[in-house]
Amino acid sequence: MSLPKDLLLSMYERMVLIRAFEEACVQLYMEKEIRGSFHPCVGQEATAVGACFAINPDDYMTCTYRGHGACIAKGIDVNAAMAEMLGRKTGISKGKGGSMHWTDPSIGLLGENAIVAAGVPIAAGAALSAQMDRNGRVALTIFGDGAINQGAFHEALNMAQLWKLPLILLCENNLYAEMTPLAKSNPLAQVADRAKGYNMRAMVVDGNDVCAVYEAVREAARLARAGEGPTFIEARTYRLLGHMIGDSESYRTKEEVAAWRERDPIKRLRAHLAQAEGVSEAEFDAIHARVSRQIEAAVKFAKESPYPDPEEAYTDFWI
Amino acid sequence: MRELTYTQALREALTEEMERDPSIILLGEDIGAYGGVFRVTEGLLAKFGPERVRDTPISEAGFIGMGVGLAMTGKRPVPELMFMDFALVAADSIWNQAAKMRAMSGGRVKVPMVIRTQQGGGRGNGAQHSQSFEALFTHIPGFKVVLPATPADAKGLLKSALRDENPVMFIEHKLLYNTKGPVPDGEYTIPLGVADVKREGRDLTIVSYSRQLLFALEAAETLQKEHGISAEVIDLRCTVPMDIETIVRSLRKTHRLLITHEAHASCGVGAEIAMRVMETAFDELDAPIMRVAGLDVPIHVSKTLEEVVLPQPAAIVRGALRLMNGK
Ligand SMILES: Cc1ncc(C[n+]2csc(CCOP(=O)(O)OP(=O)(O)O)c2C)c(N)n1
Ligand SMILES: [Mg+2]
Repeated sequence: MSLPKDLLLSMYERMVLIRAFEEACVQLYMEKEIRGSFHPCVGQEATAVGACFAINPDDYMTCTYRGHGACIAKGIDVNAAMAEMLGRKTGISKGKGGSMHWTDPSIGLLGENAIVAAGVPIAAGAALSAQMDRNGRVALTIFGDGAINQGAFHEALNMAQLWKLPLILLCENNLYAEMTPLAKSNPLAQVADRAKGYNMRAMVVDGNDVCAVYEAVREAARLARAGEGPTFIEARTYRLLGHMIGDSESYRTKEEVAAWRERDPIKRLRAHLAQAEGVSEAEFDAIHARVSRQIEAAVKFAKESPYPDPEEAYTDFWI
Repeated sequence: MRELTYTQALREALTEEMERDPSIILLGEDIGAYGGVFRVTEGLLAKFGPERVRDTPISEAGFIGMGVGLAMTGKRPVPELMFMDFALVAADSIWNQAAKMRAMSGGRVKVPMVIRTQQGGGRGNGAQHSQSFEALFTHIPGFKVVLPATPADAKGLLKSALRDENPVMFIEHKLLYNTKGPVPDGEYTIPLGVADVKREGRDLTIVSYSRQLLFALEAAETLQKEHGISAEVIDLRCTVPMDIETIVRSLRKTHRLLITHEAHASCGVGAEIAMRVMETAFDELDAPIMRVAGLDVPIHVSKTLEEVVLPQPAAIVRGALRLMNGK
């Protein structure tokens, strides 16, 4: 890990913020403050932060229902995000989108998506837009290992390579698609091999190493901006919680989860910062305290926000 | 007034709007070098170049999904679905993505995308290349739905569609491309969601759109000549927004309504029109509403069978006579 200490510290703080956000949401879900779908990204914070810190604020992004980490890493307003979770009028989508549809064009966020792989062609379209405008922007699309078996994914990869679009395809390979293990859903030796059929450049990185993800995405972005076309990045990671709240997790062993807890990306970065950069316990405490205050404030903001008025069912639709 | 084919009128609309608005880009299969299998985009590649007239692989879900991304980032994509039937291949991009983005984002994004396609039977293309899906687009909220019947309407409505901020499904008919009609010189547009009285009459109102409108006009002529019945023929032109007002205005005069469309009868647009008329103008009706629509079976190839499945002018005449005679 050879990145500047300041960058590492801000990545650390953002990862802690994502973890705290998700843990607060688990709590709020239990309290029935959050309804519907919620897919925590706990354990996958390094892919989100490494990727989003490696691109520019005006670069485009699509991600998935498990995309809170990516959206927070890209810079979404945490209060508005929390209010959205609680279905409030002050939410990022005024309570109309919920957990799986955070969208904020002001930070290039063209939406999470509740349909597996649907964000991939949308990001390819944004990449085409950037290519036509010659504005130097790239599009990042983050998706799971399950998405590589969807038709839309294949169609988008084919066109992205054909037209050399400035697109970064980041697969968060967390070994499971819902309850199905990777080996039961495709015959590949590794996920990144999917890119071969499209003659597309591919890399495999440790998705729990924020620096490895950062460097891979930064290189992919550099190539994309230089007109070198798309890159497929497989980031190997693990979700430490179930697919959704209430998942029995019968498809994996406690030992497997425990082993991955040892590779927790936040723990790893903390150890590195302590050992290599000499960050003190007091400094870590200050970061965690700041994040706690931010999340408490977000929850308070969300809970105190009004629900949308019934008339708003008809608004924000037709122009 | 000069005469143009439906194809020429569409091409003029695309050309004029692409000249006016550089953000409009066309995407689709064989639309560029070949000029489109229905020739609508002929010559546009030479005029606007390969970036704005982009030949795509056979990837409807992919390039309509890309259209959503293009639209969200400031472009006006016009993906072409070679046949409406292929909408089912791209259904997610169309209905889960394009149709919902704006609402799901609380109005933070817009998707000004016009999907151009052609639909309908009458040419023996069979069950997977002849379907009419306007009801699907009318049922699932999110798209404006346009079905022009004449060259003049095709041009004016397409120009409006290309200026609309919402997703628009622009539905042409494969048997209208070679039809000719007067098209005004110079700049004009026709607003979306305004029906047009194509023939005035006193005794009954016939509502239709797209190619079936021509059948309705033919039937109206027969009714007048052979039965002394004066039919008013309304071209709905758009099913979203749906102009019920123009229909009700006509019913205040005729008090009898016949709806005819090529699409399958069940849960078709006709059912929706009838319901809306019931809700708003039941008292104007002197007879039950009559529907003449496609049979609820797949569309067969053989001419003798296809003509049974798709309602012909004679069926409209029969329906009108039943409506007038009250049995
Ligand atoms: C097209 C589609 N099919 C099925 C689902 C239901 N579903 C939601 S998440 C999911 C698993 C996706 O797994 P993966 O892509 O690996 O992402 P992860 O949840 O592991 O982040 C499935 C099947 C869906 N949302 N969309
Ligand atoms: Mg997965």
